[in-house]
Amino acid sequence: MIRVALRGLAGRKLRAFLTALAIVLGVAMVSGTFVLTDMIDRAFNDIFTQSYANTDAYISGKSPDFNFEGDQVAAPSFPDSVLPAVKNLPDVEAAGGTVADESATKIIDRNGKPITTGGAPTFGFGLDYSLPQFNPLKLTAGRWPSKPDEVVIDSGTAGDQNYEVGDRVRVATLKPVRPFTLVGIAQYGTVGSIGSATFATFTLPVAQELLDRKGQLDAISVSAKAGVSQDQLVAQIKQAVPLNKVEVRTRSQQVKEAKKSASFTKIIKYFLLSFATIALFVGAFVIFNTLSITVSQRIREFATLRTIGASRRQLLASVSIEAFVIGLLGAIIGLFAGIGLAVGLNAFFKAVNNDLPTTGLIVAPRTVIVSLLIGVVVTLVAGLAPAVKATKVPPIAAVREGATLPRGRLAPFLPFIAIALVALAIALLGYGMFADAIATAVRLLSLALGCLVLFIGVALLSPRLVPTLSRIVRPIAKWVMLGVSLIIYPTRLGAWLFRRGLYARGIPGLQRAGVLVGGLIMLLVVGPGLLLAAALAMRSLSSAIGYGFVAAVLVTEVVLVIWVFVTVVRRLRRRGFASELPSVRLDPATDRLSGENTRRNPGRTAATAAALMIGLALVTFIAVLANGMKESNRRAIERQVKSTYMLVSANGFDSISTSAGDAISKAPEVSVASNVRSGVGKASGSVQQITGLDPKTISQVYNFEWKDGSNASIDNLGAYEAIVDKTFAEKENLSVGSRFNMLTAKGETVPLEVKGVYKAPPFYPLLGEVSISLPFFDKLYERPQNLYTFLNVKGGPSAAAEASLEQQLTNFPDAKVQTREEWIDAQDKDFDSFLLLLYVLLALAVIVSLVGMINTLVLSVFERTRELGMLRAVGMTRVQVSRMVRQESVITALIGAALGLPLGVFLAVLVTRALSQFNVEFLPPWKNLIAFAIVAMIAGVLAAVAPARRASKLNVLRALQYE
Amino acid sequence: MEGQQDGLAHAQAAAANGAVVTATEITRRYGEGDTAVDALRGVSLDVAPSQLTAIMGPSGSGKSTLMHILAALDLPTSGYVTLAGTRLGALSDTEITKLRRKHIGFIFQFFNLLPMLTAEENILLPLSIAGEKPDQAEFEELLKRVGLTDRRTHRPAELSGGQQQRVAVARALVSKPTVVFADEPTGNLDSKTGAEILQLLSEAVQSYDQTMVMVTHDAKAATIADRVLFLADGRIVRDLGRADEEQILETVREVTLT
Repeated sequence: MIRVALRGLAGRKLRAFLTALAIVLGVAMVSGTFVLTDMIDRAFNDIFTQSYANTDAYISGKSPDFNFEGDQVAAPSFPDSVLPAVKNLPDVEAAGGTVADESATKIIDRNGKPITTGGAPTFGFGLDYSLPQFNPLKLTAGRWPSKPDEVVIDSGTAGDQNYEVGDRVRVATLKPVRPFTLVGIAQYGTVGSIGSATFATFTLPVAQELLDRKGQLDAISVSAKAGVSQDQLVAQIKQAVPLNKVEVRTRSQQVKEAKKSASFTKIIKYFLLSFATIALFVGAFVIFNTLSITVSQRIREFATLRTIGASRRQLLASVSIEAFVIGLLGAIIGLFAGIGLAVGLNAFFKAVNNDLPTTGLIVAPRTVIVSLLIGVVVTLVAGLAPAVKATKVPPIAAVREGATLPRGRLAPFLPFIAIALVALAIALLGYGMFADAIATAVRLLSLALGCLVLFIGVALLSPRLVPTLSRIVRPIAKWVMLGVSLIIYPTRLGAWLFRRGLYARGIPGLQRAGVLVGGLIMLLVVGPGLLLAAALAMRSLSSAIGYGFVAAVLVTEVVLVIWVFVTVVRRLRRRGFASELPSVRLDPATDRLSGENTRRNPGRTAATAAALMIGLALVTFIAVLANGMKESNRRAIERQVKSTYMLVSANGFDSISTSAGDAISKAPEVSVASNVRSGVGKASGSVQQITGLDPKTISQVYNFEWKDGSNASIDNLGAYEAIVDKTFAEKENLSVGSRFNMLTAKGETVPLEVKGVYKAPPFYPLLGEVSISLPFFDKLYERPQNLYTFLNVKGGPSAAAEASLEQQLTNFPDAKVQTREEWIDAQDKDFDSFLLLLYVLLALAVIVSLVGMINTLVLSVFERTRELGMLRAVGMTRVQVSRMVRQESVITALIGAALGLPLGVFLAVLVTRALSQFNVEFLPPWKNLIAFAIVAMIAGVLAAVAPARRASKLNVLRALQYE
Repeated sequence: MEGQQDGLAHAQAAAANGAVVTATEITRRYGEGDTAVDALRGVSLDVAPSQLTAIMGPSGSGKSTLMHILAALDLPTSGYVTLAGTRLGALSDTEITKLRRKHIGFIFQFFNLLPMLTAEENILLPLSIAGEKPDQAEFEELLKRVGLTDRRTHRPAELSGGQQQRVAVARALVSKPTVVFADEPTGNLDSKTGAEILQLLSEAVQSYDQTMVMVTHDAKAATIADRVLFLADGRIVRDLGRADEEQILETVREVTLT
C-alpha cells in the first residue's frame, strides 16, 4: 500500500512539488528566523563573554528597580570616589573605572551630518587604557587616546567614512560638537561588527566632561588576587562601597545582566515567527484544497483498490503517507531555503550598512527539528480531511462513469458549524480586546486564535457565497481582462512582429529588418513604457504597491530581453514558429464559461479564494488600522502644539542635549523657546514618563485642556508641585491639592502636590503623565535632556527665520528644526516604512495563496481535459481556451478580495473599538483598498499564466480520448 | 510516383462530382522505428454531399483515425485531405479551428456536454464560441426536431442518456455545418434510445440534406447509411451502398476473418 502511495506520488511530480511549495515558504521563514536570531544571539553572547573575560567583580550604579515601556531604565552613575576605596581593598589586584553612555555620542560624517544608527546605540566611552585586561575594545590600528583632543572610533564607522588614523573627526556629545584627532581604530572584542551601532572612546576625564559625568563613573571592573574567589571578592567590595548607590556582581551575574539588554532578538524572533505562522496557515489551506481535489479526481483509483481488497484504513494510510512525504519534502526544501534566506538577509543588511551583529552560520538542532516537524504536522493536519474522504469511496465507483464522492455525514451541518465558528471567533476576539485585567499573553493568544477561527469559519461559509460572489464579480473580471490585455497589447504586438520577422516566409530582406527592429522597439520600449506608466499611475493609489509594480516592470523588461535571446537561438536552431496577431476583444462565450466554471465546484473555488482572503484580510486590516492611527496622531499633535516650530532630534523622538535648546533660544528671531525635559519616574507606585516644563512659557506653545486648574496653575508651578494628566489623576484618584510620592531614576523619593489636571489626547500625549517645573526637574535628574523645544518666531514663520534658527544649530548636528507639519509628516513616514515591512512580510502569505491558485487551476485543467477537447473540437481557439482559464482565475482572485477586504475592514473596526480609549480613528484608506483589489486581480492573471498555457496547448485528439 | 498522380486525378474527379470531403492516399503512422504503428496505409475516399457515410471495421482497423483526419483533428503522415475545397495541412491551429467552426459538427460517444450549462446553452455553444447569434426561428425548429422543446432549461445531470445525446446532436447541427462527424453515437445508449438517435440522424440527412460521416461498429446503426465503408488494417476493404443489417453483419464477418 505504501508503495502504491509513493509510486502514485512519483507519477505526479509536478503536482507534488507545487503542493510542497505551499509549505516551503512558511517553513523557510521559520528556519530563517531561527538561524538569523541565533546568529545575533551568539554575537551578543560573544561580545559579553569577551568583555568581562578578565573581570572578577563588576560594580555599576544601583539601577532603579523599574523599567519603562519594556526598556530597563539605565543605571545612574555613581561617585568616582568609589574607585580608590575599591583599589585599596586587600584582595583586589586591579580595578579600572569606566564611563559609558549609549546615546549621546554621535560621530559626524564627512558631510557634516551625524551618523544615524536606526535606533542602535551610539556609544561614548571613557576607559582606563592602562588596564587593558578590562578593555572590551581591541585596537585594529593606531593607539589609545592619551590627550584630551584624541579619540578612537569603531572600525565599521572608520571604514564607511574612510576615516584614517591622523584625521580630524568631529564628535557631538552632550556638549557642542568638537573636533578630535583620530589616533586609533578599534573593534568590539573579536566581533567585526556590532551591527549599526557606533562608538567613540576618549580619555576618562574627557568622557566625564563630554558626557556630563564630572566626578562620576558608570562602572568599575575589578580583578581578584590569585586564590580569591569571585564571591569572596564581591563580599569584600560590598563592605567598602555605598550599597545605596552601587551594585556589585560577579562575572557570571554581570554577563547575565548584560544579556538582558539584548532581549530584543526575542522580539524579532516572535515577530517574524508570527508571520511564518500566517504563511503556514495559508499553506495549510492550499494543501487541504490540493489534496481534496486530487482525492476526488482519483475516485476510480481508490474504488479499484477497494475492489481488489484494500481496507479503508489502508486508503487512509495511503493518502496520509502522501501528505507526509509532501510535507517532509516541503519542510526539507524550506529548511535549506530558510538558511539561505538568513545568510542572504545578513549579507543584504551588511550591504545596506544596517547590519546586525552576527557571527558565522549557526544551524541549531532545534532549528532543524522544529522546521521539519512544523512542515510535516501542518501538512498532515491539512491532509486529514481529504484522507478521510478517500476512505468513503465505495468500491462500486470503480465501474461507474463520472462517480462523485458521497457527501460527508457532516455536510448538511456545515453552514451551521461555520456560523458557530464565526460566532466563537467573534467571542474570542471580543474577549481578547475588551476583557479587562487579563495577561497580555492571554490577550494576544485569544486575538490570534480568534483570527484563525474567524478565517476558518468564513472559509467554511464561503462555498455558499461563491455562486453569488462569482456572479457579481464576473463583469468586473471581464473588464479587468480587457484592461490587462489592452495594457500589454503593445508588448504582445512587439513579440508578434519580432517572431514574424524571424519566421515568416517570403518577406524581402529590407522589410524583414524593418519588422524585426520595429518589433524590438515595440517589445522592449513602447510596451514596457506603457506598463511603467501604468505602474507609476498606481502610486496615486498606494505608493508602496506602485513602486512594487515599477520593480515588476523592470523584472519584466529583463525577462523580455532574455526571451528575445532565447527566441533568436531557437530560430538559429530552426525551431519555433510565427505566432498569430494578438487581438483584444470581449468574448461573451469564454466570459460565460469562466463564470460557470468557478461555480461548478463552489467548495473548491471557495477554498482557493479563502487562501487569498487570509492574506488580503490581514493586509487590509493593517492598512485601515494604520491609516486611522496616522490620522489620530496628526489630530493629537495638532490639538496640543500651538508653536510654529519645534526643535527635535534628528530621528524625531530621541532626546537631545539641553545645550541645543539653550543655543537656539539665543537666536534673534525667537520670541518664545520652551524646553521640555523628559525622564522616567515611579509615581504613586506606577512607572510614568515625567516631563519638566518651563512654567513661564509652556502655556504659550502647548494647548492645555484644563479639567481642574488653568494656565495660571502652570505659570506659578514651583518645586514639589506638579500638574497631571486626567487619566492618571483618575487612576490615582488625584485632584488639585492632593499629594503623591514620586521615585526618581536616581532612587530619590519626592512628595508632589497636584496643582492642575488637564486632559491630553490619549493617542499621543506629548507631555508625561506627571509634569513638574523645569528647574525642579533639573534638580531631580542628573544629565537632564530635552525631548523637544517648542519655538515661536517674531513675525511668523519665514524661510529667513528658519535659516537663522538652523544657523544656531551648526554645533548640534543631532538636532533639527521642523514646523509642526514637517514633524507630523516625518512621523507618518516612519509609520509608513514600518507598514511597508509588514506588507512585505504578509506578501509571503499572499504568495503562498498564489501557489494554491496555480495548483487548483492546473488540477482543474487536468480534470477537464476531455471537456476542453470537446470545446476545441466544436470551434474554440487556443486563445479562447487560455482566455477562459485566465478569467476563471481572475474571478477566483476577486472572490478572495471580496471576502478578504471586508473581513479586514471588519477586524479593523473591532480593533478600533477596542482602542477607543486611545481615540484611534476609523478611517479606511479607500485608495489603498482599491490597490489591494488590483493586486489580487493581477495575482489572478499571473497564477493563470502556466495553467492557461497548458490548457491551450492541449492535444485535442488525446484530450477527447482521455479518460 | 504513380500513386501520387493517381491521387491528383482522384481529387480532381472527386471535386468534379461535388464531394465535400476528400481524402487522398492518406497514411498515418504513430511512433517511430521498431515500435511504429501504421494506423492507415493509404486511404482515398470522397464523402458525397447529403449522404450518410458509415465507416465500420474491427477495433484497430483505423476507422477512428480516419475520422479524426477527415475532421481536421489530426494530420495524415502523407496524403492530404480537402474540406469544402480547402486543402488542410499547411493551416495554422487557429485557421483549422475556424474551419471546424464553419464546416464541421461533432457527435461524441460520451455526449461531452458541459454540466453547468442548460440544454439550450449547450446546443448554442458552438455559435457562442464563434461569436454568432442564432436565428431564433431556426433554433426553435431545431429544438422541436430533436424533441427538447420542454427540456431546454434542464442541465445535463437532469436529462436521460438519450436526451443528452439529442442535445449533442442538436449542438452538432446548430451551426449548419458542411459535414457532421458522429463517433459511435449509439455506443453509450441502450438499443431503444439508440434507435431513436439513429432515426434523428437519418432524418437530418434525408429531410435536411445534412452530410454526415459516422464511425460505428454497430451493424444496426450502419443500416441508415447511404454508403458503408469497411476498414481493416488501415485500408478500405469493402465499399457497400445502402445495405440491410444481414448484409452488413455478413461483410463484417468476412472482413474480420480475412
